[in-house]
Amino acid sequence: MTPTVVLPVVIGVLYAAGVYLLLDRSLTRVLLGFLLLGNATNLLLLSTGGPSGLAPILGYAEPEEMSDPLPQALVLTAIVITFGIAAFVLAIIYRSWRLVRQEVIEVDEEDRRVARRSGTDADEIDPDDLAPEDRAAMHADTFAADNEVEATLARHYAGIASDDVDLPPTDRHLK
Amino acid sequence: MIRVLTPLPVLLPLLGAAAALLVGGRHPRMQRTLSVAVLTAVLGVSIALLLLADSEGAAALSVGGWPVPLGVVLVVDRLSALMLVVAAAVALGVLVFAVGQGAADGDAETPISIFHPTFLVLIAGVANAFLAGDLFNLYVGFEILLTASYVLLTLGGSAARIRAGITYIIVSLLSSVLFLAAIALVYAATGTVNMAQLAGRLAELPEGTQLLLQSMLLIAFCIKAAVFPLSAWLPDSYPTAPAPVTAVFAGLLTKVGVYAVIRTQTLLFPGGALDEVLMWAALATMVVGILGAVAQTDVRRILSFTLVSHIGYMVFGISLASTAGLAGAIFYVVHHIAIQTTLFLVAGLIERQGGSTSVNRLGGLATASPLLAVLYFVPAMNLAGIPPFSGFIGKLGLLEAGVADGGWLPIVLVAGGAVTSLLTLLAISRVWSRAFWRPPTQSPADDTSDAAAADAGPDLSPEPLPSPVEEQEPAGEKQPAGAALGDRAEARRAAWQRHTAVATASTPATDGLGNDERPGRPLRPLPRVMVASTAAMVVVTVGLTALAGPLYGIADRAAGDLRDRGPYISSVFGDDGAVP
Repeated sequence: MTPTVVLPVVIGVLYAAGVYLLLDRSLTRVLLGFLLLGNATNLLLLSTGGPSGLAPILGYAEPEEMSDPLPQALVLTAIVITFGIAAFVLAIIYRSWRLVRQEVIEVDEEDRRVARRSGTDADEIDPDDLAPEDRAAMHADTFAADNEVEATLARHYAGIASDDVDLPPTDRHLK
Repeated sequence: MIRVLTPLPVLLPLLGAAAALLVGGRHPRMQRTLSVAVLTAVLGVSIALLLLADSEGAAALSVGGWPVPLGVVLVVDRLSALMLVVAAAVALGVLVFAVGQGAADGDAETPISIFHPTFLVLIAGVANAFLAGDLFNLYVGFEILLTASYVLLTLGGSAARIRAGITYIIVSLLSSVLFLAAIALVYAATGTVNMAQLAGRLAELPEGTQLLLQSMLLIAFCIKAAVFPLSAWLPDSYPTAPAPVTAVFAGLLTKVGVYAVIRTQTLLFPGGALDEVLMWAALATMVVGILGAVAQTDVRRILSFTLVSHIGYMVFGISLASTAGLAGAIFYVVHHIAIQTTLFLVAGLIERQGGSTSVNRLGGLATASPLLAVLYFVPAMNLAGIPPFSGFIGKLGLLEAGVADGGWLPIVLVAGGAVTSLLTLLAISRVWSRAFWRPPTQSPADDTSDAAAADAGPDLSPEPLPSPVEEQEPAGEKQPAGAALGDRAEARRAAWQRHTAVATASTPATDGLGNDERPGRPLRPLPRVMVASTAAMVVVTVGLTALAGPLYGIADRAAGDLRDRGPYISSVFGDDGAVP
């Protein structure tokens, strides 16, 4: 029952690597970052039980030799949750890939639009004076953009089904 | 009695979800009946719990009969029972709205079998979070509701929803990891995660440790509650979801975060160490949020920003750390859950009626549907805090509590709250004047059908396949440079005819541009069930005004319990108060 320095170091490294990956634009890396963060937190939770001891099974060990069983129960729950959510995020990434052929986080057009606006109060603007793309609020234009990407892809890769992931053309290839 | 009822708000929706999944797509009718019945039962149980908790005091149930600090504890006190009642009520209203929308969109032919089970799981998670008597169970409750919300937010998997969902999921994951790490540190420092036990043990820790644990928990909860500067995710992720989903998210999910903040600040860390920080955060949330709302042109985004902004009022009440402040915050939470849900449902109706949610495109809705105008006007005025509505009562209570505090910072917050209220009025009256009263001839009519197609996101029906690009010209080229003025006038006249056609509801609307209406979404009278459920929600919000006296009484007593902490702790450990 000796405390170990390995665990805190591993936890620290996992947190650092996890945060680094989480800051990436690529969703797969974000997912990997989340997995590392989850594992780091699970180890942190596990290490709160104090120094390691024998398995906490009645009759197998004396109570004072046992590890604390509560953190282990908590960690098990946390692992299951992390596992399920990771599977869901993977599905989302795949869906994103199928839809727009890229799996990076996109620029928020609405934020850009608001940032571009002049100081005029919106009530003073006659919608007819605006450029057509400014009339569309929300992400109305993204639908068109997605369609455009899909259509261009269909022209460029006529023989390939749109969910074929072997050939990764991103929008960089289109221009 | 109260102990028998305690687990039901969690159990019923979970079992209902399983049953709803089983009957699934084959019997959509049975599935709908089942989920409505389950939520009605949850509402009944919650009301019973509230009455019992208010008359008999708090009660705790040790799940599985484990000795108290070891097992999972569910605690009902006035606050959690009150939250349960409001949550169940709005969930029921939203579910009926969703059923109506599904019926109107022809779900009978192509039902989405996962909506109802997921919705029930969401409610189970919310109920679990409200009832949780230990931190880890609170975490599990959060995870249940978040996982369900991921599914609901990305329902249908269209590009816009996936993009919004990714933002939401990653931010939520981060806050969950932070919360879990905080739980680990709390356990390392105290050796327990039971909240009643923590109430005693955390006070014995060194001040620095306490501050670290408190700030970690608060950051995790403030992300969920969308407190500035941790609120940027909300307006990006909520507006794209289907209308009922946005409504229930806006009403409930952020308030679960607020509830957790209340517990943290009263039960776990009553010392008030971070109250000043919370006050600044509340001020920034109110002002920045509402400035965001004023800058928007889309009804859903305006509402999302007012949602962020009004979270600031609740945080303000919590940070005052007085009974009056907490009572005001609790009353405001109840009021805001109901009102924000209703407004998002109305936004769903506006979109259905007008074919868009952008105030630049909408027009003449008051002519087209006077009922819709009333349904928007009443909750909108309530949100802005116009007397005699409950929003006014809640704001008044908070501002009074702020003045009673006496410090200079609460006075600044009172001023900020008043300004925010006025700016809310500005933001929503802009929607009122433009979407409802502007003659449709002034709205850019030439892109209405385009707009309807572009805004096609928010409904529960599967996304229509995007039309080929060749047919869907960019909006800029819709009107060729040399387009005759006559074309435009023609288009406006067509739009006017369409609006009046909708208003009279006798003849099917024609486009007038030669384009077909988008299939599956013809402009037609609003489905009765959707209007009825929205009207019921409006009645509930007005009822909050009528019942404001008793409600404020409960909020006051709940705040007293929270400040005292005794009822909560003795409900878990027995009246002798022997905390191990």
